[in-house]
Amino acid sequence: MRSATAGFEFLLNGKLVRNNAVAPQVTLLDYLRGRGLTGAKEGCAEGECGACAVLFVGSAVGSARHPSVYRPVNSCLIPVPAASGCEIYTVEALAESGKLCDAQRAMAERGGSQCGYCTPGFVVSMFAEQFRQCDSGFDPHGLGGNLCRCTGYRPIRDAMQSLGPPPDTPMRRRLELPAPTVDPLRYETAEGRFSRPCDLGECLNLATERIARVAEDDAVQFVAGNTDLGVMTNLRHRRFRHLISLDGIPALRGFSDTDDAIEIGAGLTLTEIGDRWPGAPDFFRDWLRLFASPLIRNRATLGGNLATASPIGDAAPLLLALDAELVVSGVNGERTIPLHSFYVAYRQTVLQRGEVILSVRIPKPLPDFVRFYKVAKRRVDDISTVAAGIAIRTEESGRILTARIAFGGVGPIPLRVPDAEQAIADGDAERAKDILRANIRPMSDHRGSAGYRLSMACSLVDKFNWEYRKRGRQ
Amino acid sequence: MSLVGHPVPHESAREHVTGDALYTDDLILRFPGILHAWPVLSPHAHALVVRINAEAAMEQPGVVMTLTASDVPGEGDSGSNRHDEPLFPAEVTYHSQPVAWVLGESLEAARLGAARVSVEYRPLAPVLSIEEAISAGSFHSGPFHIRRADAREAIAHSPHRIAGQLAIGGQEHFYLETQCAIARLDETGDMVVDSSTQHPAETQEIVARVLGLARHRVTVQCLRMGGAFGGKEVQANPWAAIAALGTWKTKRPVRVRLPRHLDMVLTGKRHPFLAKFEAGFDGQGVLRGVDLKLYSDGGWSVDLSDPVLWRALFHCDNAYLIPALNAGGWVCKTHKTSQTAFRGFGGPQGMIVIEDILDRVARTLGLPPHEVRERNFYREGDSTHYGQPVKDAGRITRIWTELKRTGDFEARLAAIADFNAENEHLKRGVAITPVKFGISFTATFFNQAGALVLMYRDGSVQVNHGGTEMGQGLHTKIRQIAAQSLGVNPDAIRVMPTRTDKVPNTSATAASAGTDLNGAAVLDACRQIQSRLIPVAANLLGCEESSVRFENGSVFAANVIGDDTSIELVKVLDAAYRGRIPLFAHGYYRTPEIHFDPKTATGKPFHYFAYGAAICEVEIDGFTGEHRILRADLLQDVGKSLSPLVDLGQIEGGFMQGIGWLTVEELLWDAQGRLATAGASTYKLPSWPEMPEIFNVSFLERAEEPGVVFGSKAVGEPPLMLAFSVREAIRAAIAAFAPASTNPGVIALDSPATPERVYLALENVRAFRPATVGPVAGATRG
Repeated sequence: MRSATAGFEFLLNGKLVRNNAVAPQVTLLDYLRGRGLTGAKEGCAEGECGACAVLFVGSAVGSARHPSVYRPVNSCLIPVPAASGCEIYTVEALAESGKLCDAQRAMAERGGSQCGYCTPGFVVSMFAEQFRQCDSGFDPHGLGGNLCRCTGYRPIRDAMQSLGPPPDTPMRRRLELPAPTVDPLRYETAEGRFSRPCDLGECLNLATERIARVAEDDAVQFVAGNTDLGVMTNLRHRRFRHLISLDGIPALRGFSDTDDAIEIGAGLTLTEIGDRWPGAPDFFRDWLRLFASPLIRNRATLGGNLATASPIGDAAPLLLALDAELVVSGVNGERTIPLHSFYVAYRQTVLQRGEVILSVRIPKPLPDFVRFYKVAKRRVDDISTVAAGIAIRTEESGRILTARIAFGGVGPIPLRVPDAEQAIADGDAERAKDILRANIRPMSDHRGSAGYRLSMACSLVDKFNWEYRKRGRQ
Repeated sequence: MSLVGHPVPHESAREHVTGDALYTDDLILRFPGILHAWPVLSPHAHALVVRINAEAAMEQPGVVMTLTASDVPGEGDSGSNRHDEPLFPAEVTYHSQPVAWVLGESLEAARLGAARVSVEYRPLAPVLSIEEAISAGSFHSGPFHIRRADAREAIAHSPHRIAGQLAIGGQEHFYLETQCAIARLDETGDMVVDSSTQHPAETQEIVARVLGLARHRVTVQCLRMGGAFGGKEVQANPWAAIAALGTWKTKRPVRVRLPRHLDMVLTGKRHPFLAKFEAGFDGQGVLRGVDLKLYSDGGWSVDLSDPVLWRALFHCDNAYLIPALNAGGWVCKTHKTSQTAFRGFGGPQGMIVIEDILDRVARTLGLPPHEVRERNFYREGDSTHYGQPVKDAGRITRIWTELKRTGDFEARLAAIADFNAENEHLKRGVAITPVKFGISFTATFFNQAGALVLMYRDGSVQVNHGGTEMGQGLHTKIRQIAAQSLGVNPDAIRVMPTRTDKVPNTSATAASAGTDLNGAAVLDACRQIQSRLIPVAANLLGCEESSVRFENGSVFAANVIGDDTSIELVKVLDAAYRGRIPLFAHGYYRTPEIHFDPKTATGKPFHYFAYGAAICEVEIDGFTGEHRILRADLLQDVGKSLSPLVDLGQIEGGFMQGIGWLTVEELLWDAQGRLATAGASTYKLPSWPEMPEIFNVSFLERAEEPGVVFGSKAVGEPPLMLAFSVREAIRAAIAAFAPASTNPGVIALDSPATPERVYLALENVRAFRPATVGPVAGATRG
């Protein structure tokens, strides 16, 4: 790794920009707006509205025709140094030579904008969707991370559906070239440090080294997609002296599908996981679709969702039901932790300081019938009131051999309820629900009352049974 | 070529999609040395401010000054009517209320400085719900009453009676652009404020009041807003005032922008309401009498709560004749945000109650709700409970009949019955509901507008008017009106940012009346200019004045058939200029024949009514209470549409916003009075999947409205209430969960219909239990 650099640079709308004075926790959004690129707007500062969306050039995998792809992301949740070495396009770059791009023209002509404030974000997401180079056509949920308060979405939907394949423009030809690679970075200003090691050992040493030197332990923080940490920075004004980015470490970005297990690199984004696992079962694809929004999935990592240890995170309930294990690494070496013993208390895990999650292992064979349920006020991109992962292994006759049931939103940590699992395996749903009623103590908050949460925990057992029986009939 | 009536895109559409459209906060780079403001927030909902010590803030690098009450040269209050909104309160009356502001070279410096201001409070007991306010006798206003005949007597003698209550949650505006103002001194040392405000003239008034200046020394400009929906009608004023005060003290530009979470905890919302009612009706479900008490949660200051409550009382009939009605209203004073204007302005809260009542009437009698609704419609010749004839009442039935046909209502009722018989855990419901909405400000004097139209000798035109653009397409319609009435190409029309130095003493852009008022004023100005040009053109063309026609930048002598006698407009303009004829005019409009006497609660407060109806079909998941909208069919009376693409957008967008209010969006406050849903992650707007899978919208044909600009009708607010069809469809689907061949009876469902509330109602229906009324968002602590 190079010694601390004086600055960093990235490609912004085709021009190289160098930075050596920007504070490391300034968001990319504020940075862009400070340069006069005011097309990206702040609507919520927590990655919910998409008004700040910009494009990053990323590496395509899977069936893509080109090596690169435009990935729309929320610029409010990206610390500027994380953009080091990247190639970024804002809405201002999409009208090439003054000619509106297809998404812009369709939005303008079809009444896709009213107040116009969310429009640049929609244009960015729609542009990326058109250029995604996928044979499966438009993803109807591709714009699910953008909120509009004026139009009611119908004209935006029509605008998107009117688009053809990407036209042969310089922006399309750009995708024929590889995406930029991630380089190491050490960046420091008076306000703090941002490091991006590209080697695991160096990363772990860096974390330990800093811990030895800094009294306040939480001043040092690993960061991956920054989609949760960024909310803390923006809304709760948390400031970290040293952010250590995990974006550049190859050991966190693997993916393998063998006879024994699916092993997913903790540093892969949720979008990348979907791309890397084209044969993923339906329940897994359904779960990915319910996981936040496309703009978040383009940055958020699986490891981050688990390590942040939210009791209402989307990943844990399903992975608990799949008996997933975590491979973690620290200066003292590697170890494997079953996910069900990973969480110890609210927002606390057994990870020791300086330890990172390398990968998530899902043992094979996968269970025979799996469902992920997310009960929330809004159907997508909401935080769950209750989430449940339920999985069973069955005999050929359909008789249940073993069951797993795991919840989010019913306690301080994501949890499995082994006694209820046994009852389900015994085919006794009523007993399973009695056990849940006796063992789960949800809280009441703005997402739902304790009573509703408990009702849902039980009701989802019924729903699972109903769906399983229904499948049996088909 | 007719420009009016043509489906043109939004006049700023190109700028919207390229990111070139500027909003207030996009201007900050233009003002070097601009200061950023951050408030010192009260940690109590109700407390006395004993002492403020701001010295430590000044030790924070980058902090320039702290603003407190002693810095105010004028009157430190932004309350428009009652002067009840102190900018630097001695008594805190809602949670997070700012008690001081810190100005810094950066936002971070101001925020860190604010955190170092120490404030001593003496906490007092807060009032945090409508119920608490009623028992404590804590009211801003009321009771207001509208009475027709003797409702109690009518109910007492009715064959059937019901009584109940409905708790109605509030709604956050969630305009995508939060509140923002930038103040600066102009070249003469006077005040200029760029503000994201629906009412620049009032923002000017409040800034002048706070600074102790005459209004001619304050200019307020609104470029455009990133949404407003009523939330910037009066609530833009305090932020503009703080920015102006900061500028006045420091002589530097000052920016006040509320990030989302501050915007949500500091600004008012749609009023939560509690309705208590009794109704008497006959065996056919025809209403005999209704006794209604409406309590609104006004929050800490009165704001626009009085006219909001009045509009609720005006609209508690919706489209139905209630022969005997006693409607009373109270504005509760609570220690919460000051609830304010929001699209519909109390109308939705009044109308939802009668829709709720009629569904209960129908289910009490075991009759189809749509038939009961139909039996109670106003007919031609009827008058409202406040004595206004229901003009075009026949349209209610015309729309209803047409929509039932185009929306295939009867066939779908049957198909849904089949579906529900075959499915135990998924049930569908379909409902049709009407809308009648009165157009005009109910404060009669607001119904006036001005315009200033400047024509240049090259044929280009600047149009100034008092209305503001918030995405509703007002400027688009104004451009069409001006281009059509001046006979120029739309490209020749430039609609200027709204400024108080062009048109003074304007009304808020609100009450759906932006085009009715400002469009008519612009038309007046354009006609004046054209009337001056006609003699000039006739002279040049050598024709009668009556045959001169202006079109698309040329002037024609219309009586010369087959001959293309015409000249370019610029030649006429040049001749007019040389003839010393003014090429600019001010236009003015006041809505005719409207009046209302609050003492007798009678009059004609509305110029006309806008009508509509909607059919909606939903499916409920019986395991969770979640629903999805399968199909919506909307039919709206927009008069003769001025701008069909704009009007379509208002209908669809208003409908979706109504869906949000009634189903997804839930405001909750905690026991300390803190807003528990203060952000986009906890307060959910409708997103892409809430859009109905099938979504059909049409305009009522043959609906030209005489006496309104180009025969059009207001469209901003009425479609929001088409979303009642979603709520009523949900109730129909809930009823379908009743055990076979039982009548589930009344479906009590407070608003919003979140999965939790729907699930509770389902459990009651499935267990064949009489419904219980649960708590409501916004009305109680969460």
